[in-house]
Amino acid sequence: MIVPFNHVLIVSSLLFALGLFATLARRNLIMMLLGIEIMLNAGALAFVGASLNWRQMEGQAVVIFVLAIAATEVAVGLAAIVGIYRHGGSIDPAVAMTADREGGAA
Amino acid sequence: MSILTILFYAIALLILAATAMAVTRRNMVHAVLYLVLSFFGTAMLFYLLGAPFLAALEIIIYAGAIMVLFLFMIMMLRLKKPPGMFFPAAQLLPAVLISAGFLVVSTALMGRTSAGWDAMAAAQADPTAFGIYLFQNHWLAVEIASMLLLVALVGAYLLGLRARRTTADPEEAS
Repeated sequence: MIVPFNHVLIVSSLLFALGLFATLARRNLIMMLLGIEIMLNAGALAFVGASLNWRQMEGQAVVIFVLAIAATEVAVGLAAIVGIYRHGGSIDPAVAMTADREGGAA
Repeated sequence: MSILTILFYAIALLILAATAMAVTRRNMVHAVLYLVLSFFGTAMLFYLLGAPFLAALEIIIYAGAIMVLFLFMIMMLRLKKPPGMFFPAAQLLPAVLISAGFLVVSTALMGRTSAGWDAMAAAQADPTAFGIYLFQNHWLAVEIASMLLLVALVGAYLLGLRARRTTADPEEAS
């Protein structure tokens, strides 16, 4: 016997809340991307717990796709951050937005 | 209370502490290293919850590939320290409120029914059985995921190409 399913869900929602906090509170595009990674990871943990709870492999199959999405998101996101940094010289989202607007107007 | 139960709670505490440290670090290299610890812990939880194959994938892809990519990026950009407060109050308060609101809603959802409070029996999904299941029931989704990864590869290459061209030749970009 391991733990109740709801305890897995509680750990997963605490992790998700931490990721949400990192995404909303940090003024740094890389840390925001890390927050999204934490949230994806928390979702994967909930899926694995559900997979054990209902004795279905469906949940584990979904986690494979979560991993694929996370890898995709990181590759494109980091490439975009490098572009923003080269363009505006900063990865602060507020500064990056204004630099982008000025660049578009010129 | 079995050894697996104690392991679960110990690892869960470790993950939460490591993630909390990661999201509050000013130095991004430290944040990424704490997150690597957190992802190792998650892999162990996957193993405890009966998914050994996913535990291996978690270490290889998350802790191995994704976090190393982040480290490369942080070391490549050589960022200056941002001025001002670490967490601006105008951003910190809504972030805390939204995260706390999410926690309240999710625990309220869990408390709605009495189901899910009994301990689950341990089980293990054999990697062979899992692979057969995945390719029998989700082969199309696996193909679509591989197409998505290819598109991401090409997209990241194109974004990098454009970034290089704008720095090499600023007159052409304007």
